Amino acid sequence: MDNIAIELRGIDKSFGPVHANKDINLKVRKGTIHGIIGENGAGKSTLMSILYGFYQADSGEIFVDGKPASIRDPNTAISVGIGMVHQHFMLVENFTVLENVMLGAEDSQILNKGIAKARQELKRLEKEYALEVNPDALIEELPVGLQQRVEILKALYRRADILILDEPTGVLTPAEADHLFRILGQLKAQGKTIILITHKLREIMAITDEVSVMRRGEMVATRTTRETSVEELAELMVGRRVLLRVEKGEASPGDVKLAVEGLTVKDSRGVTMVDDVSFEVRAGEIVGIAGVAGNGQSELLEAIAGIRRATSGTVLLNGRSVDVTGHRDPAELRARGLAHVPEDRHHVGLVLKFEESENAILGYHNDPRYLKGAFLDIDAIRKDAEEKIAKYDIRPPNARLKTANFSGGNQQKIVLAREMERGPDVLIIGQPTRGVDVGAIEFIHKRIIEMRDQGKAVLLVSVELDEIRSLSDRILVMFAGRVVGERSPEATEGELGLLMAGVEGRKEAAE
Amino acid sequence: MSTPYAKLPGWVEYGLIPLINLAVAFLVAGLVVLLVGENPFEAAYHLINGAFGRGEYIGFTLYYATTFIFTGLAVAVAFHAGLFNIGGEGQAYVGGIGVALACLWLDQVMPWYVVFPLAIVGSVFFGALWAFLPGWLQAKRGSHIVITTIMFNFIASSLMVYLLTRVLKPLGSMAPQTRTFAEGGQLPKLDWLLSIFGLNVGTAPFNISFLLALAAAFGVWVLIWRTKLGYEMRTMGHSPSAARYAGIRESRITVITMMISGGLAGMMALNPIMGEQFRMQLDFVQGAGFVGIAVALMGRSHPGGIIPAAILFGVLYQGGAEIAFEMPSISRDMIVIIQGLVILFAGALENMFRPAITRAFAMRGQRAAAVVQTKGA
Repeated sequence: MDNIAIELRGIDKSFGPVHANKDINLKVRKGTIHGIIGENGAGKSTLMSILYGFYQADSGEIFVDGKPASIRDPNTAISVGIGMVHQHFMLVENFTVLENVMLGAEDSQILNKGIAKARQELKRLEKEYALEVNPDALIEELPVGLQQRVEILKALYRRADILILDEPTGVLTPAEADHLFRILGQLKAQGKTIILITHKLREIMAITDEVSVMRRGEMVATRTTRETSVEELAELMVGRRVLLRVEKGEASPGDVKLAVEGLTVKDSRGVTMVDDVSFEVRAGEIVGIAGVAGNGQSELLEAIAGIRRATSGTVLLNGRSVDVTGHRDPAELRARGLAHVPEDRHHVGLVLKFEESENAILGYHNDPRYLKGAFLDIDAIRKDAEEKIAKYDIRPPNARLKTANFSGGNQQKIVLAREMERGPDVLIIGQPTRGVDVGAIEFIHKRIIEMRDQGKAVLLVSVELDEIRSLSDRILVMFAGRVVGERSPEATEGELGLLMAGVEGRKEAAE
Repeated sequence: MSTPYAKLPGWVEYGLIPLINLAVAFLVAGLVVLLVGENPFEAAYHLINGAFGRGEYIGFTLYYATTFIFTGLAVAVAFHAGLFNIGGEGQAYVGGIGVALACLWLDQVMPWYVVFPLAIVGSVFFGALWAFLPGWLQAKRGSHIVITTIMFNFIASSLMVYLLTRVLKPLGSMAPQTRTFAEGGQLPKLDWLLSIFGLNVGTAPFNISFLLALAAAFGVWVLIWRTKLGYEMRTMGHSPSAARYAGIRESRITVITMMISGGLAGMMALNPIMGEQFRMQLDFVQGAGFVGIAVALMGRSHPGGIIPAAILFGVLYQGGAEIAFEMPSISRDMIVIIQGLVILFAGALENMFRPAITRAFAMRGQRAAAVVQTKGA
């Protein structure tokens, strides 16, 4: 058993009521690339944070090279040879590559000595692993792919034998990703062990030797990559759960209510998040957008809702154009019949420190029925909130309770009640059931169907494929910012999974 | 399941914790007094007696408190919108221009109750103007308000030196101050208010602007919790991303909030100029703008907390002066140390004892729960 680099035995970790890791066992063989996949919130990042010493497991043991290791903090992790490349880089932007690599490992108070040594070491590493990067370049002037290379160099400089990469390709272009994989191959050939965390099946298939699948805090399977398939992994990832059956009649689509044409969104780094997306949503239908998180769905929703500036493209709401590239005004869009249930209810959809009734008017606080001149009509606001609490069965039924004290499901109901009870023409919903207890999920799904049957146009984004399949009348699949295909909800999970992984979509997009 | 800051009962949150903080501040201050070889109990006696011992002393205490209510409210309003206005000092200083102009213009021909409203408008206008510029710079240019407001304190200081030595100084006078106002520029004292309690205000400049301060405190409460604007300010203060989602324009709220904050700071100028000196002097603000930050912190940005916090600082100012007078080996600077300790423990180290207190309450809660369980079984 001496070829095992890392072994985890019975790792268990809870955050309050959330059981993030349940009795995890994992063996990573030396000199291999081991993939860990799972949906968002499956517990991958928690597990790796335990391995790297950010968190302490509630119970369980870690063995490095067969020896029990107690990893209390990242420093001990580094000292036993574990290095980590974070999803969000930990680099000092206005330092040079060399300075960043040395940071925290300067060896002496006088920098000059250390610099000479580091420069030499860096040269050796570059040669050995084909990691070319100019040591005197400033980080902020480097493209993202090279910044990531600096992160890898940092780990190697600290003599890491085991390298953890957390969603490394999330910010990379396909070409950069391919280069990264070549580097990883090189590192493997030199005997390093690599743990690759990702939710992209294509990457797993392309580069790993073995793959472990996590679902809802559990390690559900470990497979040899050569002997498995994308379909099998997708099924393991999503689980063989019975579809949440939702009673739903035929859709009877009417006029186009929301038309998106050539919408492109870039983030602050200039990375294209939404790439020339076009679609329409008609009255009385639910259009679902499936896709692995981080493929541009969030940005698409925000651009339509007027929160994020689009680079180009047009959006028509009820046939009238919305200025998505210039002056955006969410309040005006609301007045024109657009309701938005945001993906992040904690930071966007709600103010957690507000009373329930105060959140029940967020975004609609200009409505004269909540106001007496410039003053809030507290009685009207509370009465309105109490009506919604009764109708949506929000518990506890207390309009004066602080929003933070409601459970996730009830918080989501507060948002849904606010956005749905307005009778909007178009409803855009992000992650309607994320972090919501099972009981509330059914209720929320029913409401969404009801909205459709009332003739509203519903655009639904979710990373839960089951949810998309059971609610939508049409499914669009997004990958890397593009809509790579449209399917009917009868499409198989495997078929959609391949599209989501960007495997099928390339062909289709090329055609 | 242990959240570090569990919810505490209201009386602990708003009563016990501030009291413990205050007690520790006085304890450490007592040690300092001991260190210079004086009796801390005697100092404490002079502090309390100097602040409350006679009607006149109470009048001084409340006179100082009036000033701190205004500056404390100014800081609190900005806090609610997530803005840290540390320019209260400069805004109050410039606000004085408005007060002085109204008085110099009308004091000889009009009674105080005509001049006073004009002086209020003037102080609010100039204070708001001085806060508008940093607010506008943050909203449109992204210049951070903490930096710009503190820079505007210095600009205000230079501006006022110029005005008081060149423009507003009467011809032939050697002192950097305006002329003394006639009766129309002098606010009536609240001697009748103290005499209700059988107290004599004596020479203390406790004047009608105290009532204005109380009204302003009520106005701030209404603004923050009962108006649409206040709702928008609080949304932005708690969660800028939620404010964006709700269509609340950050730049608009920033500018308006800063102007309200500056206007409140400006009103502070009424108290010393029309209530005590009857003229505008160099440096009449005397750090009250900065004390306002401590008052707002201690009062948790709620008018109901700011008024007692302002009175506490009034006690420290007035009682502190008495200590310096009665105990010569304790200099005026020692009083500043004591005030600093109160700010340190009640403001900056506000959360120092909270974890321990929270733990104590959590344990008590668990024990109670355990008792219930065993009874149930």
